[in-house]
Amino acid sequence: MQNLTLLDGQKFQITIERLCHQLIENHNDFSNSVILGIQPRGIYLSKRIAQELGKILPDAKIDNGILDITFYRDDFRRGDSPLVPNSTQIDFIIEGKKVILVDDVLWTGRTIRAAMDAMLAFGRPEKVELLVLVDRRYSRHLPIEPDYIGIKVDSISSQKVVVSWKETDHEDKVILISEQV
Amino acid sequence: MAASQRLSSKHLLGIKDLNTQDIELILETANNFKDVINRPIKKVPSLRDITIANIFFENSTRTKLSFELAQKRLSADVVNFAASSSSVSKGETLIDTVNNILSMKVDMVVMRHPYPGAGVFLSKHINAQIVNAGDGAHEHPTQALLDAFSIKEKLGEVAGKKVVIVGDVLHSRVALSNILCLQKLGAEVMVCGPTTLIPKYIHTLGVKVEHNLMKALNWCDVANMLRIQLERQDIKYFPSLREYSMMYGLNKQILDSLDKKIIVMHPGPINRGVEITSDVADSQQSIILDQVENGVAVRMAVLYLLASQKG
Repeated sequence: MQNLTLLDGQKFQITIERLCHQLIENHNDFSNSVILGIQPRGIYLSKRIAQELGKILPDAKIDNGILDITFYRDDFRRGDSPLVPNSTQIDFIIEGKKVILVDDVLWTGRTIRAAMDAMLAFGRPEKVELLVLVDRRYSRHLPIEPDYIGIKVDSISSQKVVVSWKETDHEDKVILISEQV
Repeated sequence: MAASQRLSSKHLLGIKDLNTQDIELILETANNFKDVINRPIKKVPSLRDITIANIFFENSTRTKLSFELAQKRLSADVVNFAASSSSVSKGETLIDTVNNILSMKVDMVVMRHPYPGAGVFLSKHINAQIVNAGDGAHEHPTQALLDAFSIKEKLGEVAGKKVVIVGDVLHSRVALSNILCLQKLGAEVMVCGPTTLIPKYIHTLGVKVEHNLMKALNWCDVANMLRIQLERQDIKYFPSLREYSMMYGLNKQILDSLDKKIIVMHPGPINRGVEITSDVADSQQSIILDQVENGVAVRMAVLYLLASQKG
């Protein structure tokens, strides 16, 4: 196994801050926008984004929810391991709002497809955008593209991109893992 | 998260075949589904490629509706079959009936049958997954699971709680499944009723036996009041319904005289004025309607977990 660090330390923090500023360009004070982190790994990024936005916009009220997509996935009964659900927590109304879906890594796009389905069970948003920390380019199975990107990565399918977080893994880091041949 | 993510059994025939981890997995998954059925859109697409047959050889309102709603909210295709309006009355055997249904490409069978062990018998002879929705006076596993879920929801935990099952234990499949389920989750269980309605060797299951309702109620945290199953009683087990309700019926006066606020449950259908009076059934301490709501979530969890086993 060979690990390549793509992003860590100060650059990680700068990337998060840049994403926040890009969001503010389009969403102003977030009075008509909500953030939805996708379970299980997208919720750390959405929490961090909401925290940073709170620092930049101290007066804004930023709605941040978490969305579980397990029951909407397209690989039920197809994989080796059962799909285990997580909790969903959306304490606000998304009908007519601008929704920003947040996930850590965008790869095939299937998770986002399921997330859009899951989200629609809560209402009809005015607009849906996608924010990801890592975009694994040229690997999409579905016509889905992000609106906000932390970093772009060119990788092959046998490689893995893992994002670790200070809250759970002691360190903010994006690493590319390759199986050694 | 539960230690295991997969049920240890291919079917749900009874609580007897489940281990504690299975039960905890079902209750946890049910929690997720309870969330789903309280959304504006109560439906998820998980089971869209699965067909389920509900085969009921015995009458049912709640269980059948509950299963059907659970199946529809998981997007499964559903066919319903009631024995009274079918070829069973022309003399077809159980295996033939079910095999005919399965030839129409059915993946899962939910069955209620008046004979104990009907589900086990079927599971040995046919290919589909089977969910027991009540077999005679034997087991009614989903009822026990939803009762445990409701207790957990109300009291935070099942372990260490004291639950008394009052009434017609002899004819009740709810009683046996409840005893097994609650014990596996670490609760203490007592049965209470007239000697004629308490099976002679029930203490071998490790339950306490009490014939005095007041003593039982003073002991417990939760009282599960069973229905007197007159349709299964071939002989007279007590002199009259009036006498039974005087000795074992729960009324508001008794409930208020206890020094703690116990929780009152009932698997339904209620015989108002027999095992439980109206003011108790409709009181703040009763969670009878919560049980019905939780029934859909628990059945969704069972169907989801069973369906996820087929590769």
